[in-house]
Amino acid sequence: MLADKDRIFTNLYGWGDAGLKGAQARGDWDNTKAILARGHDDIVEEIKTSGLRGRGGAGFPTGLKWSFMPKEVGLRPHYLVVNADESEPGTCKDRDIIRHEPHKLVEGCLVAGFAMRAHAAYIYIRGEFFNEGKVLQAAIDDAYDAGLLGKNAAGSGWDFDVYLQRGAGAYICGEETALIESLEGKKGQPRLKPPFPAGVGLYGCPTTVNNVESIAVAPTIMRRGGAWFAGLGKENNTGTKLFCISGHVNKPCNVEEEMGVPLKELIEKHAGGVRGGWDNLLAIIPGGSSTPLMPKDVCETMTMDFDALRNAGTGLGTAGIIVMDKSTDIVRAIARLSYFYKHESCGQCTPCREGTGWMWRMMDRMVRGEAEIHEIETLEQITRQVEGHTICALGDAAAWPIQGLIKHFRPEIERRIMAHQAVTNAAE
Amino acid sequence: MPKLTVDGIEVEVEDGATVLQACEEAGAEIPRFCYHERLSIAGNCRMCLVDMERAPKPVASCAMPAGDGMVISTKSERVKKAREGVMEFLLVNHPLDCPICDQGGECDLQDQAMGYGHDASRYGENKRAVSEKHMGPLIKTVMTRCIHCTRCVRFSTEVAGVADLGAIGRGEGVEITTYLEKTLASELSANVIDLCPVGALTSRPYAFVARPWELNKVESIDVSDAMGANIRIDARGNQVLRVLPRLNEDINEEWISDKARYAIDGLRRQRLDKPYLRGEDGRLHPVSWDDAFAAIAGRMKKTKADKMAAIAGDQIDAEAMFALKSLFEKVGSPHIDCRQDGAKLTAKNRSSYIFNTTIAGIDEADAIVIIGSNPRIEAPVMNARIRRRYLNAQIPIAHIGPELDLTYPVENLGDDMAVLEALASGKHPFAKQLKKAKKPMVIVGMGALRRADGSAVMALCHQLAEGVGMVTADWNGFNVLHHAAARVAGLDLGFVPGKGGKDVQGILSAATKGEMDFVWLLGADELDTDMLAKPFVVYQGHHGDKGAQCADVVLPGAAWAEKDGLYVNFEGRVQMARRAAFPPGDAREDWAILRAFSETINKTLSFDSLNELRKQMVAEVPVFAKLDEIQPAKWAKFGRTAKVKSEPVEAGLDEFYMTSAISRASETMAECYQANQAGKSAIAAE
Repeated sequence: MLADKDRIFTNLYGWGDAGLKGAQARGDWDNTKAILARGHDDIVEEIKTSGLRGRGGAGFPTGLKWSFMPKEVGLRPHYLVVNADESEPGTCKDRDIIRHEPHKLVEGCLVAGFAMRAHAAYIYIRGEFFNEGKVLQAAIDDAYDAGLLGKNAAGSGWDFDVYLQRGAGAYICGEETALIESLEGKKGQPRLKPPFPAGVGLYGCPTTVNNVESIAVAPTIMRRGGAWFAGLGKENNTGTKLFCISGHVNKPCNVEEEMGVPLKELIEKHAGGVRGGWDNLLAIIPGGSSTPLMPKDVCETMTMDFDALRNAGTGLGTAGIIVMDKSTDIVRAIARLSYFYKHESCGQCTPCREGTGWMWRMMDRMVRGEAEIHEIETLEQITRQVEGHTICALGDAAAWPIQGLIKHFRPEIERRIMAHQAVTNAAE
Repeated sequence: MPKLTVDGIEVEVEDGATVLQACEEAGAEIPRFCYHERLSIAGNCRMCLVDMERAPKPVASCAMPAGDGMVISTKSERVKKAREGVMEFLLVNHPLDCPICDQGGECDLQDQAMGYGHDASRYGENKRAVSEKHMGPLIKTVMTRCIHCTRCVRFSTEVAGVADLGAIGRGEGVEITTYLEKTLASELSANVIDLCPVGALTSRPYAFVARPWELNKVESIDVSDAMGANIRIDARGNQVLRVLPRLNEDINEEWISDKARYAIDGLRRQRLDKPYLRGEDGRLHPVSWDDAFAAIAGRMKKTKADKMAAIAGDQIDAEAMFALKSLFEKVGSPHIDCRQDGAKLTAKNRSSYIFNTTIAGIDEADAIVIIGSNPRIEAPVMNARIRRRYLNAQIPIAHIGPELDLTYPVENLGDDMAVLEALASGKHPFAKQLKKAKKPMVIVGMGALRRADGSAVMALCHQLAEGVGMVTADWNGFNVLHHAAARVAGLDLGFVPGKGGKDVQGILSAATKGEMDFVWLLGADELDTDMLAKPFVVYQGHHGDKGAQCADVVLPGAAWAEKDGLYVNFEGRVQMARRAAFPPGDAREDWAILRAFSETINKTLSFDSLNELRKQMVAEVPVFAKLDEIQPAKWAKFGRTAKVKSEPVEAGLDEFYMTSAISRASETMAECYQANQAGKSAIAAE
């Protein structure tokens, strides 16, 4: 269990002052100048040492990502874009960071932006986060007033601006290239890759898009050292992580814990346990709605880190843990997610545009059992036809929950189909 | 030059090529819907997925740049599965109404479903239905068939330069639309019909008219403007049913204008199918060819050669002009002219009346000044090329004339010819930009040349061209933009006044004064025919347009699609238009009418067949010897220095849709004209 001294987000619950004074009292903005004085590449190296993996879902090493930015600034300026379009169902960590620890993010922008030789950061915040946007803007304004941003930011000699842009409520704009499109004022549709944003990103300039949490932890890593961060968690899955526990638990919460913490411990210790006790558990979605669910027996021994979950056929994703007890209509729950992905598909590429609708319609029938047994196989094949064939990962995200359901709860689907057939046969 | 392996075959492709191009190079067929060579890459149909070594997922070959050492497989089981999967998805919401779809038989989806699809559908849910969108009189929509490849959207925003098309909604709800259900405000709009890989956008005038396999296809040349776009004419029986573009990289690439495509229904209306003679009652009565010829011959006999004149129209083939010129030489009249609009061009120096840079040359130009022309309606496809050049290189483009929307930013230098004087003398700031440029261009339109001071304009253009170094060993930046398909051939043939001859204005004003007794109009309709009230007028042509109405004798000729004929486009490129149908009724090919008539007045022309005519023509004017090639013209002095007048410079044309006898007779063009005017007044009302 994470010791209090190793906590990064010490005001996660908003018990203290979220403003500049309170943040400084907690150590934010403490001699940021000295961090920047270490130089661009040294910061990147330190982040690499820390083993920090992107907190947005894919888990790509953050330091490595930063190092993809050109080493020299050419004719085109560099940009840092912060993805605060947190829309993955079951995930609410970035929201609390922005609400209660906005200065961690703003300072992180300066540190990360400086490391990649950018003079500007754009924070793209989910439109629905109206109050959070106000808090964040206030934090940015305060930082400007205190000389921490703007010309000669924090006395470092580096000019740095932070802009806040609100989204308009599309899940797909959390995909990094769709976010860039939206930021440019276009329709939020993912771009083809290559070229990657580090080469051609915002306004055609080298850009790195990072999750709020990845950026917010950067200053603390720089202060306490990459080795400290790397010392927490497991190998290749280092540091601390915000877990969002929701669903059928007694005390839903956000909590900062070490990577690789056992799932059962996480739920029992921090979320007050599963409603009706651990034995009442049916299944858990471990990393936001797009990751395949795990039935209770898998949850039993599961540790919460990228590699362990991947090996179990699911993923850490955003660490949005959705707990479902035995009262859950599991087929209907997944069907609801299918509807979500159908609704949020941008419609650009064929497999996702057509496939998400098809999958949702089939799922909708499966809920009532209005299907044939062999259609389960068809549904599974359709998810495979979508997965990996799309421009962005939304197609995969729509396919995985269904694959998880079929893998672990096929008997339940079959039972419903048979029950429905029995009723119709009896009626005839 | 990256080298890669496709299905075990090693290929080397140019830098910047895509994997799809490399696969084609290696002979592998890659199915695709959204990819199009001339549009930006969308990568959204996902049909072109291939396997790449070390890639965890199949990659979209259209969007993947070819890299050295890539190992591509287009035949693996995974690729086959991916294609089948994408095809199944494309078909789940497609109505599969091929039997009632006009695209049937030439549909990419149909063809590729045969090649790459499943044999049966597993989709049992309800299909999506999408409401029709109004896109104007040319484009018929059945949007339920749309597969969202966005080719049409990319064409309109990138090539045509009008952001009228777009996709609204998301997911399954995506719909291609013109947002406000308006007509596509482009002269190139109907190209989206060709681009549409399915039957979502089809041709409205051609709806339910024919199936592709019923049509006779003839490769021909468009004459609706002077660009000479390469087209294919599809006819069934004796009816020309549609026109499609043909690929020619040097001219029209694969686009044609809406007028080229749709004015053809004018070929069926208001046709002259019998000879007519004006009777005592002042009305035209149908007569036999012999009577018509006799009436003309009688009149000619009574008229002195010096009081006879001939004017050739805008869409006349070179052979007919040659025959008429030969006839008037035999008669002994010098009063012949092909410059109906009165352009002050001379036939002496070819470089003074052609588009020397060539259309393909625009791709290299680095500064352009346009004088008295609206290329957007005078040569829409060429205008798209200028637009592309602008998009690629942001070259400075200026314009002398009225304010115009050319689909790319143009600096309007005002509509005063004095600006040209300042440019020519190097005093104007834009002259510096032209001087700085390595390959500057000037495009002079008929708006500048048909003025009374046209010769002075020519002289100034010459001075400008020399002054800014437009003419070098490998570059000639002086260009005349014609909009009449027949004009360059007419000038090449010397269909201009001989010694002491009168030009068009001279002929017309002499006619009003009673000094011109006999005028032969060869398809000439763009004249002030009121001035021809006094003389005896012979109209030889194919439509009952202005020229026929003022005529005393009407001789029915064949329209361009009904005969083989040579045309020279504004670049000076000789091309052959071919017959796709036969002329209606008693109408005959123009050269044959002239040949037959020459016999009645004992001035028999010295050719008995089109071939003989051509031989003589080539002997006299060697440029006609080579088809499809441009012979570079020698740069020489032209124009006559004089003070230019201060009257405002006009564009060559101010309206696109109804500019010739055929397009004026076309119902479709009339609808387009109305829609366009409605669009304009809607904008004005805003």
